[in-house]
Amino acid sequence: MRGLKKLFTTGLIGSARRSRGVQRFMLITGLVLTAAFLLLAALAPILAPYGFAQLQDSHGYFGSQQPPSSAHLLGTTVGGMDVLSRVLWGSQTALLVIVFAVAMSIFAGVILGLLSGYFGGWLDRILVVVADAVFAFPSLLLAIALSIVISGGRSGLFSGILATASSITVVYIPQYFRVVRAETLRTKNEAFVESAKVLGASHTRIMFRHIFRNATRTLPLIMTLNASEAILTLAGLGFLGFGIDPTMGAEWGYDLNRSVADVSAGIWWTSVFPGVAIVLVVLGITLVGESLNDLADPRLRNRRAANLDELEVAQGGDSA
Amino acid sequence: MSKSKVSLVGFFKSPLLRYLAIRFLLILPTVFILVSMVFFVMRAIGDPITAALGGRLTPDELHKRIHAAGYDRPVWVQYLEFLGQVARLDFGRTLTTNQSIGEVFATYGMATLELSVYAIIIALLVGIPLGMIAARNRDTVKDASARLFAILAYATPVFFVGLLLKLIFGVAIPILPIAGRASVSDELLLQTVPNASGFFLIDALRTGDAGLILDVLSHAVLPALALGLLTAGIFLRLVRTNMIGTLSMDYVDAARSRGVSEYRLTRKHAYKPALIPVITVIGMQIAVLLSGAVLTETTFEWKGLGFQLSSFLNARDFVAVQGIVALLAVIVAVTNFIVDVIAALIDPRIKF
Repeated sequence: MRGLKKLFTTGLIGSARRSRGVQRFMLITGLVLTAAFLLLAALAPILAPYGFAQLQDSHGYFGSQQPPSSAHLLGTTVGGMDVLSRVLWGSQTALLVIVFAVAMSIFAGVILGLLSGYFGGWLDRILVVVADAVFAFPSLLLAIALSIVISGGRSGLFSGILATASSITVVYIPQYFRVVRAETLRTKNEAFVESAKVLGASHTRIMFRHIFRNATRTLPLIMTLNASEAILTLAGLGFLGFGIDPTMGAEWGYDLNRSVADVSAGIWWTSVFPGVAIVLVVLGITLVGESLNDLADPRLRNRRAANLDELEVAQGGDSA
Repeated sequence: MSKSKVSLVGFFKSPLLRYLAIRFLLILPTVFILVSMVFFVMRAIGDPITAALGGRLTPDELHKRIHAAGYDRPVWVQYLEFLGQVARLDFGRTLTTNQSIGEVFATYGMATLELSVYAIIIALLVGIPLGMIAARNRDTVKDASARLFAILAYATPVFFVGLLLKLIFGVAIPILPIAGRASVSDELLLQTVPNASGFFLIDALRTGDAGLILDVLSHAVLPALALGLLTAGIFLRLVRTNMIGTLSMDYVDAARSRGVSEYRLTRKHAYKPALIPVITVIGMQIAVLLSGAVLTETTFEWKGLGFQLSSFLNARDFVAVQGIVALLAVIVAVTNFIVDVIAALIDPRIKF
């Protein structure tokens, strides 16, 4: 994983340096939002004024659907919980789901992709057809079915997180699989792989040391997509009532589900804040991914800026 | 995809026909894999009858029901039986309402189709022009705003868009209805239309009653916007990327050097090649649309398949869920096939 880490840090910093104008703005906005999300998730226990399932304090019960006030900056939910606290604690749940989902999908997707691309044959054919089938299927339906199987629909914090993360994993394995397989097919006939073979390197060593190192190029982009999809699926499951039990953990989708009735009565604070939290986190991660993609794709790289550079050189730096 | 020039049957000498035949045969493994997955996933919970009626029946009655339905037989026997049923396009009967899955689709499928059609229309009307504008004004404020819109459309869960639209147009400026497919009286009226299709707009148009048409349309605006904007973002990005690619091609440069205006370049020269991928992606969007439809229908109480699916899920009627999901898998596979065929017929560059 050292190679991956190196790739990620030099990739991000290098990209920030190479970027310009709109792209730089998008990348930096994305990085700031993502960093803020990580910080809030880590500091949720300190920052949140109340617990995520707390209904009362020394002054008595919070009360249901209270508008924003000094005691409850973002108001209270229909269940009588503090909205701000649930939004903050929710970031922790979201982060855990992302970490589990991305880690599991990469692990399975990369191994299957390497095996499939490297060995080919009937294994490859079967895996490709299965991956295509899963890919074409509505992912939310698959996630619902899996979450029912894994946790019986409703569950505690950890089993809920695992259930959601596993269902996202199944849906996302094909993405990693496709990319890694394609890269493996591309590199496996290169001279350096041949020479490794001649030197007597084992299949495992060739796959992981020689081919995988060269197949990580597009992984960061898929990871960002995977992470945003993880949050959206978590929220979707919560919204349909297949997420995490509200007494076990805070989850934005569940809060939105409970706020549907509030909306018709004009109670806006129970839905807007958890919703905005989802949007900002997905936005941040997607902006990072999108900018990385732009900078990696020569078709989309900011050509005008590059030309300006050349102009500047040609004219001795005499240009705006 | 084989490149061999020797074909088994003379019929397959045409590369296009061979491609179509292979593509058609590929539906079978896809459906088989999905249906099997659905079956084993749903069976992993245990038998469906205990899941649905567990608390309500005595253990004895429960056992009788399980035996009658055959759920006490080995799983592989049930699996083969299920495959046999699917092959005859029989997807079972729901436990809670005792309807066949076919009936469920006949009753609620049109509602989902209607919503999806509106959503795709909105997505195309919003996504394609914005994508072209973004590509033509690359790296300007216009481009940045269009892209930000696309990313926001993706980042906002469709049910949150729905809730916001409800807050804005239903509560703050109450000009649009926020739930259902039509007012209660109009919905009853629509059911009396002879040979009602279930596609409310078509039925309303056939009555020729302006009030009815307006009512149906006004109910569709918010759900269609919520679902449509989700897809619009995807089209926008796709058109923008392809357009930028096409605009930097040699033939466009050649046209430009002959003095063809930038406007004409985009409208005449770069337009078509940039749109072909949209057709392929509409096919891939079916899956996204169906996921979105479940959430949108739940948000707006739009009584379609998605709404029905989530109520079956809440009632723990897993036979119904299994049947609906399996039939959706067939529909998705067939739609993808049709879209691929259309793309192959339109785009001469597609290799067989």
